[in-house]
Amino acid sequence: MSYELVGITALWIFLFGYIIVASIDFGAGFFSFYSVALGHGNKVHDIIQRYLSPVWEVTNVFLVFFYVGLIGFFPDAAFYYGTALLVPGSLVIILLAIRGVYYAFNTYGSSKENNKVYMALYGATGILIPAALSTVLAISEGGIIMVLEGKVVISWYDFFTNPYTWSVILLALVSVLYISAMFLSFYAKKSRDEGAFEILRGYALIWSGPTIAASLLAFFEINRQNPEHFQRMLDLAWMFVASFLCFLIAVYLVWRKKYLGWSFLLVMLQFAFAWFGYGSSHLPYVLYKQINIYESFTNDAMAIALITAFILGLIVLVPSLVLIMRLFLFDAKYVRGSSAKKG
Amino acid sequence: MTSLDPVMLSRLLTGLTLFVHIVFASLGVGIPVMIALAEWRGIRTNDPHYMLMARRWARGFVITVAVGVVTGTSIGLQLSLLWPTFMRVAGQAIALPLFMETFAFFVEAIFLGIYLYTWDRFKNKITHLLLLIPVALGSSASAMFITMVNSFMNAPRGFTLSNGVLTNIDPIAAMLNTAAPTKVSHVLVASYTLCAGVLAGIAAISILRGQKHIYFKKALKLTVISTFVFAVDTAILGDSSGKYLAKYQPEKLAAGEWHFETQPYATLVYGGVLDENNEVRYGLKIPYALSILAGNAPNTEVIGLNDFPVDERPPLSIHYYFDLMVTLGGILVVIPLLYMFRKRLPGKKPYPRWLLIGIVALGPLALTAIEVGWMFAEVGRQPWMMRGVMKVAEAATTSNYVGWMLVLFIILYLALCFSCVKVLSKLFQSNDAVEEMRALGMEGAEPK
Repeated sequence: MSYELVGITALWIFLFGYIIVASIDFGAGFFSFYSVALGHGNKVHDIIQRYLSPVWEVTNVFLVFFYVGLIGFFPDAAFYYGTALLVPGSLVIILLAIRGVYYAFNTYGSSKENNKVYMALYGATGILIPAALSTVLAISEGGIIMVLEGKVVISWYDFFTNPYTWSVILLALVSVLYISAMFLSFYAKKSRDEGAFEILRGYALIWSGPTIAASLLAFFEINRQNPEHFQRMLDLAWMFVASFLCFLIAVYLVWRKKYLGWSFLLVMLQFAFAWFGYGSSHLPYVLYKQINIYESFTNDAMAIALITAFILGLIVLVPSLVLIMRLFLFDAKYVRGSSAKKG
Repeated sequence: MTSLDPVMLSRLLTGLTLFVHIVFASLGVGIPVMIALAEWRGIRTNDPHYMLMARRWARGFVITVAVGVVTGTSIGLQLSLLWPTFMRVAGQAIALPLFMETFAFFVEAIFLGIYLYTWDRFKNKITHLLLLIPVALGSSASAMFITMVNSFMNAPRGFTLSNGVLTNIDPIAAMLNTAAPTKVSHVLVASYTLCAGVLAGIAAISILRGQKHIYFKKALKLTVISTFVFAVDTAILGDSSGKYLAKYQPEKLAAGEWHFETQPYATLVYGGVLDENNEVRYGLKIPYALSILAGNAPNTEVIGLNDFPVDERPPLSIHYYFDLMVTLGGILVVIPLLYMFRKRLPGKKPYPRWLLIGIVALGPLALTAIEVGWMFAEVGRQPWMMRGVMKVAEAATTSNYVGWMLVLFIILYLALCFSCVKVLSKLFQSNDAVEEMRALGMEGAEPK
């Protein structure tokens, strides 16, 4: 494998990690707010809080990691995307800031159990951020970032009038709710909280239909937007079929209320197949026709240094992640809430 | 081009984000060290007061971490959004420390989550304390790596520039540039000083409000003595930073000291104003001191500003930042020293009111010192983005929307800082330390 491929693969894996943990996080924020606003009692909210509290900070790092890695391996990407995305990028920063801070304020600082304003901020941003971030995928298909007289510009008209943009946003919105509900069902079942489980299972089943419909829509919109990319996706058709099969089994298991751990694993596989199928067919372009991983790659010395740092980093990171999961995800006592105490 | 072109606005926005981030980043670097110190002492002396101290500090710490994380994400993304041309070069030459910084941050984030939720989960108290080591190491390491990036901008190394293209890149050399050792060490201990000072101030406020419990006296002793140790270290490392400047970045030192003619036996100027002929008025002039500062000997030749072309000179206003930083650094040593000799001071009270007020001021003073220190370092690099390689004007974005973003971020940071202060003060007011001791059944608890 060439350095270029190692680099982009590592980054893509991290972005996948971000999609999973952030979807759980974003969706959870929304469900949490929704259940409190509806007066569903704090049943769902407590479960969500117990999961999120120890991990909220980790979620952010996946995104930063991807972004820093992208600059490191493909410095041109920083240049093109950085110049073009000033406004949406700043808005995403602001949304992320509001969300992160008010989560912490509500969880650790508020004397009242649930500050409605904080929770509303948290729930609303949880829906807006994935929508905003997903637009980068639409932009990466090309035709929106242009170079005019040596200056990088972005055509907002082409961006907003593009059906593909909207299909990606739609897909991001529904899959966030789907992934999150599937995970939380698993977590609620594990904590033997039947009340919360029933509500969350309902959410999971409700959002499964729109997710697969939106996936299909986005899939065929790529054809209109970028036929070359679509053709390459068809060459990898088996990955998308595998993704669909995983989806079917996962939803079936939740419907039957059985093997929820396996069900969530299948959800991850569903998105993994789709994500890596989409990603590998997108290659060699990071930004269609402008940033090619082979032409815009960093120098060899830096590539070797980054890959070395990456491997050393993983040696520290993987055991740490396993530790946090063992303590808060697979520890029956904690999950059930008998030893959950902050500070 | 007006004065509010994208370049100027990008500078303002970056400066604003850093101004806010530095506050929370410094707290993030130093407070885990202080928490570890308290918890370690608590375990060693089997004194539950220190354990409670660690616990209470940790509770407030999470709030500041949250703001630190989001402002850190801001500056990280803004680097590309506002300085795309610089990041293209940085990606070629300096991505390694940026990349490693996120790993350090990752480790910190993971272990902080574990630490906060496992106070009563392990039988052995040491296990819980050990969790703090990766937190403290992670936060200090991320400060170290990111400061290395900044030192690269002051001392670009590890590449050859030919016709605007970087070649022969050596990532390790770029990372371990000549500016890195002094900068990193100075930044780290300055952060520790700040945190010790802030926590000392909190203890002093409680005593000022009439708290008599021994808990607060213990907290005061631990934090004030730490402040003293860290402040002295900061001063020593600051001195080596000055020597570094004299040797490698003389224009910054010369502008900071209003030193125009290259000469030995150079005079140090403190305060004062410059007239139109660049003559110093009203300033305190200390003969030979600048030469001694630059090279430990009065006959050290100090390079003057006149040796540099006019368009490569930093603004002369940085003189005031430098003076303020040094003055505050001095005060940060003197106040803890007075505390340590409080029993020999005139008056009968063990904790004189004026001394406690002085201790309350430690935090704000240290914070001001850090902010002006950074302003001296950053403004003193003007007009360069990377000294000698790329000017700020060549690095900025060409977008026309920077002004609007600046307005948005001003609103955001005001809201964040305001609610952070509100949440923190509520957190500690609604949960008094004495009441908490009573609730935990350790009222008046003494070391066993």
